[in-house]
Amino acid sequence: MRKYLLKRVFYMVLTLFLVATITFFLMKLMPGTPYSNQQKMTQQQIQIMNQQYGLNKPIWQQYVIYIFGMLHGDLGTSFQFSNQPVSYLISSRIGASAQLGAQAMIFGVFFGIIIGSIAAINRNTWIDTTSTVVSIIGKSVPNFVLAVLLQYYIALKLGWFPIADWGGFSYTVLPTIALGVGPLAETARFVRTGMVDVLNSDYIELARAKGLSKFGIVYHHALRNSLIPLVTLIGPYTVALMTGSMVIENIFSIPGIGEQFVKSILVNDYPTIMGVTMLFSAGLVAIILLTDIVYGIIDPRIRLSGSEG
Amino acid sequence: MEEKIKLNSDSFQPLAKSESLDNEKIAAPSLTFLQDAWMRLKKNKGAVVSLFIVLIMVVVAFGSTPFIDHNSLVKSAPKYANLPAKIPGVSINGFNGKLKVAGKWVDEYRQNNVPKDKYFVLGTDYLGRSLAERIIYGTKISLIVALVATFFDLTIGVAYGIISGWKGGRVDTIMQRIIEIISSVPNLVIVVLMLLVLKPGMTSIICAIAISSWTTMARMIRAETLSLKSQEYVLAARTLGESPLKISLKHLVPNLSSIIIIQTMYTIPTAIFFEAFLSFIGIGISSPQTSLGVLLNDGQKNFQFLPYQMWYPAIVLCVLMIAFNLLGDGLRDAFDPKTRR
Repeated sequence: MRKYLLKRVFYMVLTLFLVATITFFLMKLMPGTPYSNQQKMTQQQIQIMNQQYGLNKPIWQQYVIYIFGMLHGDLGTSFQFSNQPVSYLISSRIGASAQLGAQAMIFGVFFGIIIGSIAAINRNTWIDTTSTVVSIIGKSVPNFVLAVLLQYYIALKLGWFPIADWGGFSYTVLPTIALGVGPLAETARFVRTGMVDVLNSDYIELARAKGLSKFGIVYHHALRNSLIPLVTLIGPYTVALMTGSMVIENIFSIPGIGEQFVKSILVNDYPTIMGVTMLFSAGLVAIILLTDIVYGIIDPRIRLSGSEG
Repeated sequence: MEEKIKLNSDSFQPLAKSESLDNEKIAAPSLTFLQDAWMRLKKNKGAVVSLFIVLIMVVVAFGSTPFIDHNSLVKSAPKYANLPAKIPGVSINGFNGKLKVAGKWVDEYRQNNVPKDKYFVLGTDYLGRSLAERIIYGTKISLIVALVATFFDLTIGVAYGIISGWKGGRVDTIMQRIIEIISSVPNLVIVVLMLLVLKPGMTSIICAIAISSWTTMARMIRAETLSLKSQEYVLAARTLGESPLKISLKHLVPNLSSIIIIQTMYTIPTAIFFEAFLSFIGIGISSPQTSLGVLLNDGQKNFQFLPYQMWYPAIVLCVLMIAFNLLGDGLRDAFDPKTRR
């Protein structure tokens, strides 16, 4: 187990290192400069700017500085906001994104499990059909379309929730729904499939013969076993939430990482783009590793691949 | 003594053709793999309807090419700006050139002095360009993106998976490591990086898809190749000295075809979503070029007053996504009946 972990962590670090390297050199290939009003600047001014941001050094030196800085948690200085370190920019915005992501994940998984198990229990009835239709629609309607519709009809027309901005809990409701519907649909389909399988197995038959109530069977026996594979979906959900946050945060003007990322792309703010890229990759790699370990613990039938080697 | 029976040719009657020996046989006509899958697919109503929708969209989007002039899509005509839908002969509010302004239906065509015989089936956008034409063109873009993603899935994905699974050993380890690295960077980040290096537009979206879309396919193909590799017919082919290329084309690919088809059907909606998403946040295809994402972004700005400008492209995009998802599910059930529930 320890050997396996060490191996995985080593590959994780290697992956992140490669990502950092590739991102760095891609940034250097990028057209355009961070000085938007360059035409008005004199040669001297540009030189001073370059010196300040370390852009006058040879590329390999910039690279070494960047990698070493990153090891110390220093991601450089944002071009867009003068003198703001990227690490500060990220840490001041990560709260909103993390809260939104966590809420969306909980919302999606919780309701997904409920809808999926209700569908499986009432298999081949209108309830099942309805939940299938709901999950197909939830999977197909892009979250940004849903977000715009929710914002207009629920927030503006009905006035139930704030239209945009970031304040208390009520501000998070609509973005959470918009972000969480994708995971919800996926979870519902997944749980339904797993549950139908489990409900047909012998031990459920035995539980029924013992005279357990329907709820007891589902809650104590069926649900637990059909939920285990759900752990594998956490990785893809994280990706979906990262992607979704970029557009949802924009629509609801939430001061989060995703919104900043889009802005940084539009203004060529390299250090911020690189910082957020690294953050996203590190988060994803860590979560994939974590889910693999957790999966091995809660389902001992799965042997961690490579643990013998 | 024995009685002599006279037998001549009249005593015998040939059996009718239908009563040949075969009528004792109990067998369905033997079906090929594809016929079998098609039979199962036909029973799935949702999938058949989706198939028709997809086909209609493909025909309309690509068949419209000679009729829709790209220049007129880009050129603005301010005097026709923001006209609602008008279909001659239809008098339902919302499709007769009337628009709800402050709670009342107003004939926008008369107000803007649009010539009597001029009409737009789905209205116009804020620069007076026909929304219907733009939507059809946008659908074409979405379908092209889907085609490109499919192409990379089928070429890079399948080839990579087969090579990795077939070679095994060190080659396999290295190839899997590469996939792991590619897929532990969020797809979106790859897309964004590509968009930064190249100019935003169709080329960069296609490049981004080329890098990131095929990894899932490669993984699944590799896993299946590993198990096919030790099958007797593959061993026999190897023993007979068949070249690896021929083995993979003749023996592996046909046996992988169900996985390939199913996985492709999942790649398509993802690719369509990606294009719309990127164009929507403004780093994909951008105005005055058109795609469904661009139309949604334009429509969203005026949603409060001109809801149709967002609704029509949104409906087309959703129908496209639903159709591909349903078709994908149907194909999965048809090709892989074991997983059917």
